[in-house]
Amino acid sequence: MTPPVTPWWRNRRLIPWLVQAAVGLLVLVLVAFLVGNLVRNLAAAGLLLTWRWIGNPAGFDIAGSWLPFSAEQPYWWALLAGLVNTLRVVVIGLIGASIVGTAVGVASFSGNALLRGLARVYVELIRNIPLLLQLVFWYFVVFLALPGGANAIQWPGLVLAQSGLYLGMPELVNGVWQAPIRLSVEFAALLTGLIVYISAFISEVVRGGIASVPKGQWEAARSLGFTPLQTLRRVVLPQALPVIVPGLNNQYISLAKSSSLAIACGYADLYSVAETTLNQTGRAVEVMVILLGAYLAIDLVISALMNGLNRAVQLRSR
Amino acid sequence: MPHPPSLIGKVLRAVPLLAGLALTGCAVEGSGLQSQKLAAVKARGELVCGVDGKLPGFSFVAPDGRYQGFEVDLCRAVAAGVLSDPARVQFRDLSASERFAAVNSGEVDLLSRSTTMTLSRDAAGGNALSFGPIHFYGGQAVMVNAGSGITTLKQLAGKPICVTTGTTTELNLADRMRELNAAYMPLKFQNDGQTYAAYLQGRCVAVTSDRALLAAKRSSFPDPKAHVLLAGDLSKEPLATATVNGDPVWADAVRWITFALMQAEESGITQANVESKLAEATADPNQADLRRFLGVDGQLGQQLGLPADFVVQVIKAVGNYGEIFDRNLGVNTSINLARGTNRQWTDGGLIYSPPFR
Repeated sequence: MTPPVTPWWRNRRLIPWLVQAAVGLLVLVLVAFLVGNLVRNLAAAGLLLTWRWIGNPAGFDIAGSWLPFSAEQPYWWALLAGLVNTLRVVVIGLIGASIVGTAVGVASFSGNALLRGLARVYVELIRNIPLLLQLVFWYFVVFLALPGGANAIQWPGLVLAQSGLYLGMPELVNGVWQAPIRLSVEFAALLTGLIVYISAFISEVVRGGIASVPKGQWEAARSLGFTPLQTLRRVVLPQALPVIVPGLNNQYISLAKSSSLAIACGYADLYSVAETTLNQTGRAVEVMVILLGAYLAIDLVISALMNGLNRAVQLRSR
Repeated sequence: MPHPPSLIGKVLRAVPLLAGLALTGCAVEGSGLQSQKLAAVKARGELVCGVDGKLPGFSFVAPDGRYQGFEVDLCRAVAAGVLSDPARVQFRDLSASERFAAVNSGEVDLLSRSTTMTLSRDAAGGNALSFGPIHFYGGQAVMVNAGSGITTLKQLAGKPICVTTGTTTELNLADRMRELNAAYMPLKFQNDGQTYAAYLQGRCVAVTSDRALLAAKRSSFPDPKAHVLLAGDLSKEPLATATVNGDPVWADAVRWITFALMQAEESGITQANVESKLAEATADPNQADLRRFLGVDGQLGQQLGLPADFVVQVIKAVGNYGEIFDRNLGVNTSINLARGTNRQWTDGGLIYSPPFR
């Protein structure tokens, strides 16, 4: 009596493996076919991928670049300057949106009905209007309508003029404001737009997180004599964070991607520089590859950091 | 020579190009002497023409909902020459940065959108376009507020200047300011609407574009007299129509229809007298040039793959070059442009058609 031999088509280890291999192969063939065709047709149209142009002088200027940049520098340096401008607005935007979002999210649990109502109105108003429209609004309607020169809005150590926001000890020299720290009005409009828009979503994430903490926790904290603020800080938020962080990740990524709308308000971010590069070199595919790679990298880094944070906050729950 | 917006529109336009190139076996149009484009336009019975759509005098939508302007008339002329009907045009508004992809992907048959002819736009290794004859000789200028006291480019050092991205304007500005060793602040926008809005709001001290385009835009400002153009051109801006590279038959058809407009003016043929000129040529066998030009004799139309009377159709539809210029840009319009270098060569200008023979 030989033990019954399982036929191969009923082998529980082999079959799933074979199916996966077949699907994998199919995907590979499809990708190879698409890429092969793309390369062949681009070559036939005289558009074969080339990267030599990236070392050529860019020939255009970038306003408000943090990296030292002038027109005779190469395209890759211009794109890098654009990337730095993008990172600048993303990093400051993330911090700002987190603060505003948390404040609004917490406010929606306030005992003060007016504050609660305002938080709701804020969220519903902001998240239901397209970001592009909001950026155009902030730039053209709000910031460009600011008075300039001597009529600028002045507070001690801060001046808000049509040309930008000046911090430090602003001085008016020949009708032009000078200050140690200067933010262009384009940057200010983009930053405001992004913070306001994303904070509305973040506040909902925060609200959801807080709402997930059982009511008994609030009551227990109060019966121990905690003030509302202490309750929030010591009892509620630590338990809400594991719920909040994954949702926050989405919003942070969304902010980084939305920053590519910067050109709507004249800010020279990576997309804006890439657009100029594309039109001057005609290297559409190469520039697109760089853009896709850059935004993918930014978002993967944000995701990795947030996943690390997520692990840290999850460990606390027992 | 700029224009409009929408990131989404641009991406959507780029997708069919890449998808098309990725999915099709042999997507190269117009190989050999067979013109796919000419055949396609005839089969469709309609010309798809890419225009600016928001620039008074060149191409814009008039209050009656019809497209009007110098570049619109060029589209109508091509439709009249190819399809014998100037109304068979579908206009597509394109931004400065989406226009070349629209031509290369075949979305538009003809680009008539204030496009400066340059080497890299023509070259296969650049934007890979094929240019028609230069129909407008212009130069880049700078517009400032009349009360600003600015009279030279040098005075713009350190000042914000509004410019539309994706244009030759942007590059020329950088070159000139470099020559002057003057740092400046370029504020770049994706469409003219935003560029001029930022200028009018006072964010920029100056705005730069082609002289004729600036004059055209200024005519739509609330107070046109409050803005002046600085003397001196920053660059040469010869405007031409463009078609896809690699379809010489289609490019030839567009080229000679445009030349027909110029030749008609030189020969004194107008929209009003073209019928009588045709009758005159038909009756008089000795008018060899006129008979050939109007298609009474010879096979000029046939050689191009166009109807024998294509010149008559074109002139009947839109008039000659001078009539198109005067109607849309001339001194009796709100744009108020003198012919200048755009006069016929016989008057000392640069408009010159090669012989029709």
